[in-house]
Amino acid sequence: MLEVKLHNLTLKNPVMTASGTFGYGEEFSDFIDISRLGGIVVKGTTGERRQGNPYPRMAETPSGMLNAVGLQNVGVDAFCSDVYHRIKDIDTNIIVNVSGSSIEEYCTVAEKINELENIPAIELNISCPNVKKGGMGFGTNPDMAAQVVGEVRKVYDKTLIVKLTPNVTSIVDIAKAVEAAGADSVSLINTMLGMAIDVEKRRPYLSTITGGLSGPCVKPVAVRMVWQVAHAVNIPVVGLGGISCANDALEFLMAGAKAIEVGTANFVDPAVTVKIVEGLEEYCNRHGIKDINEIIGII
Amino acid sequence: MKKHITDFTIVDRKSYGPNYFALTLQHPDSMPEIVPGQFVEVEVKGTREVMLRRPISIHDVDYKNNTLTLLVQIVGKGTRQLSELKIGEKLNLVYPLGHGFTLEGEKVLLVGGGAGTAPLLYLSKHFASKGVKPTIILGGRTKELIPVQEPFGQYGELCIATDDGSQGEKGMVTQHSRFAEKYDRIFTCGPTPMMKAVARHAQANGIECEVSLENMMACGVGACLCCVCDTDEGHKCVCKEGPVFNIKKLNKWMEN
Ligand SMILES: Cc1cc2nc3c(=O)[nH]c(=O)nc-3n(C[C@H](O)[C@H](O)[C@H](O)COP(=O)(O)OP(=O)(O)OC[C@H]3O[C@@H](n4cnc5c(N)ncnc54)[C@H](O)[C@@H]3O)c2cc1C
Ligand SMILES: Cc1cc2nc3c(=O)[nH]c(=O)nc-3n(C[C@H](O)[C@H](O)[C@H](O)COP(=O)(O)O)c2cc1C
Ligand code: FES
Repeated sequence: MLEVKLHNLTLKNPVMTASGTFGYGEEFSDFIDISRLGGIVVKGTTGERRQGNPYPRMAETPSGMLNAVGLQNVGVDAFCSDVYHRIKDIDTNIIVNVSGSSIEEYCTVAEKINELENIPAIELNISCPNVKKGGMGFGTNPDMAAQVVGEVRKVYDKTLIVKLTPNVTSIVDIAKAVEAAGADSVSLINTMLGMAIDVEKRRPYLSTITGGLSGPCVKPVAVRMVWQVAHAVNIPVVGLGGISCANDALEFLMAGAKAIEVGTANFVDPAVTVKIVEGLEEYCNRHGIKDINEIIGII
Repeated sequence: MKKHITDFTIVDRKSYGPNYFALTLQHPDSMPEIVPGQFVEVEVKGTREVMLRRPISIHDVDYKNNTLTLLVQIVGKGTRQLSELKIGEKLNLVYPLGHGFTLEGEKVLLVGGGAGTAPLLYLSKHFASKGVKPTIILGGRTKELIPVQEPFGQYGELCIATDDGSQGEKGMVTQHSRFAEKYDRIFTCGPTPMMKAVARHAQANGIECEVSLENMMACGVGACLCCVCDTDEGHKCVCKEGPVFNIKKLNKWMEN
C-alpha cells in the first residue's frame, strides 16, 4: 500500500531520514525498529575526515533551529572500512549523503561508495561551497551544479539523488540542469541560510555567524519548492523540510514528492519516523486509498 | 545501556528559592539502571518558542518508589515553562543519556556550583551506599545561590564556600580549607570557570578528575553533532561521549 519507487530503488514506504539528523541510524535503534523505514540517509561523507566548525554550532529559533555543524564526519575510507560493516545488514535502503569541496572530491567519494554492495543510492549534497571557485555553492549556479553531477554520473552507476539548496533565485533552473546532467532523482530542501543574535552578549549565537535553518518554520517554503520542481522535471522528487507528522508528509506527497525525509523532528521525538509511517497507513485506510501513489502529485 | 522514551508522572514538586525547583517523577512501571552523571532530555510543551528538548541531569534516583528527581534552575523560556508544571501532570523523558561518572575512589571530593550541584547528589548517594563518605564542597556568590544543601549532609561531609561569607567559608570553592587535601578522585559540575579552576588544581597535583560539561544540545543521542567539545582527541559529543569527561582528555578546554 505504501510502496514507492525512486528510479530503480524500491522503498517499502515513502518515509526516510534526513542526512545529519539521524547519525548512522544506530543512534535511534533503541527507540524504533529502523528497518520499518523506507530508507536512511546517513551523515554527509567527505573525502577526508573532517572536524567541522567550532562550538557553538546550534541555536534554537521559533519553530526551528540553526546549525553550523560543518560536515564533521569520519571520511569515506573509515565509512567503508568501519561504519559500513556495522549498518549494512539493516533491512532498509541505506543511502550515503556525499559531500565535497571540489569536483574531484565528490567523484572520489562517489566512486568508493559505488563499490559497496548494500548501498543502493547516494544523495549528492551540492549545497557545499566550491573552494576552487571562491567558496560559491555548487548548487547555486546551474552550470556548476550540472558539471558536478555530470562528473559524478560518469563514476557512479546506481541511483543518483541530487540534494538541492533553497538558497537560490530559481530552484527550478537548478533542478532542470541536474536532471539534464544525469540525476535519477532530486531531493529538496537543504537548510536555508539564517542568522540569530544573542542581544545580551551582543554576538551571534553561532561560531560561524550564519548557519542553516531547519524545522517546522521552513516547511511552507519547502512544500512550495517541491511543488514547483515536481511540475518542472520528469525525475522523481524527494521532499523534506520541517516534516514532523504524517499530515506534513502528506502535504509533500500531494505537492509531488514520491518520498520524504524527516530531519529536525527526530530531535524532538526520536520515534517520530515510525509514527509517520503508521499515520500514512491510517490515512490511506481512512480514505480508502489502496496505493499511496494515487495521491502523489495530485496538486 | 538501552535508552527509553517514557511518560513520567510528577509526584512531587519543591521550590528552592525563587530560581530553583525540583520535580520528582514516577515511572509507570520499573526504571532501568541509571548511572550518576547521566541526564535526561525533557520535552517542554505549551510554548511556541521551545521546540527542542532540554537536557537536565538526574539529581536523585529512588528505585524502591520508581522515581527520579530533577533539580532545575530557571534561566529561560523552557525552564520557566517546566517550573509551571503541577503534581499529577505528565512529563516525557528520553533517558538515561550520556556517559556518567567513574564510580571509583576511597577518598573522594565532589565540587559543585549552581545547577551543577544537581548530579552530585545521586553521586554522593552512590558513594555512601558503598561505604565511602565523600567530601562535598558547594559554592555560590551568596548562600541563597546554593539552593539544595540538606540532602547532601546525609551522604557525606558537606562544606560551603560563599563569595560574600554569608555561609561557610568566605571565598571560592578552590579556596576552601578542605579543598587542598589529598583526595584520590575529584568530581566537579558547575559554572565553567569553577570547573576549570578545580581541574587545573587536580592536574597540578596528579589527582584523577572528572568534569561534567553542559553544552547546548539538540538531539541528546549523538546524532546531530551539535554539542561537541574540543578534546585532545578532536571534537567529541558531550551528549554521548560525555557529559562526564576525564580532564586528561581536556587539555585544550582547560587552557582556554
Ligand atoms: C548534560 C546537561 C545537564 C544539565 N543539567 C541541568 C540540571 O540538572 N539543572 C539545570 O537547571 N540545568 C541543567 N542543564 C542546563 C539546562 O539544559 C539549560 O539551562 C536549559 O536547557 C535552558 O533552557 P531554557 O529554555 O530555560 O533557556 P533558553 O531560553 O533556551 O536560554 C536561556 C539562557 O540559557 C542558556 N542556555 C540554554 N541552554 C543551555 C545549556 N544547555 N547549558 C547552558 N546554558 C544554556 C542560553 O545561552 C541563554 O543564555 C544541563 C545541561 C546539560 C547539557
Ligand atoms: C544538525 C543538522 C545537520 C545536517 N547535516 C546535513 C548533511 O551533512 N548533509 C545534508 O545534505 N544535509 C544536512 N542537513 C540538512 C537536513 O538533511 C535537511 O535537509 C534539513 O534539516 C531540512 O529538513 P528538516 O527541517 O526536516 O530538518 C543537516 C541538518 C541539521 C539540522
Ligand atoms: S546533541 Fe546531538 S550529538 Fe549531542
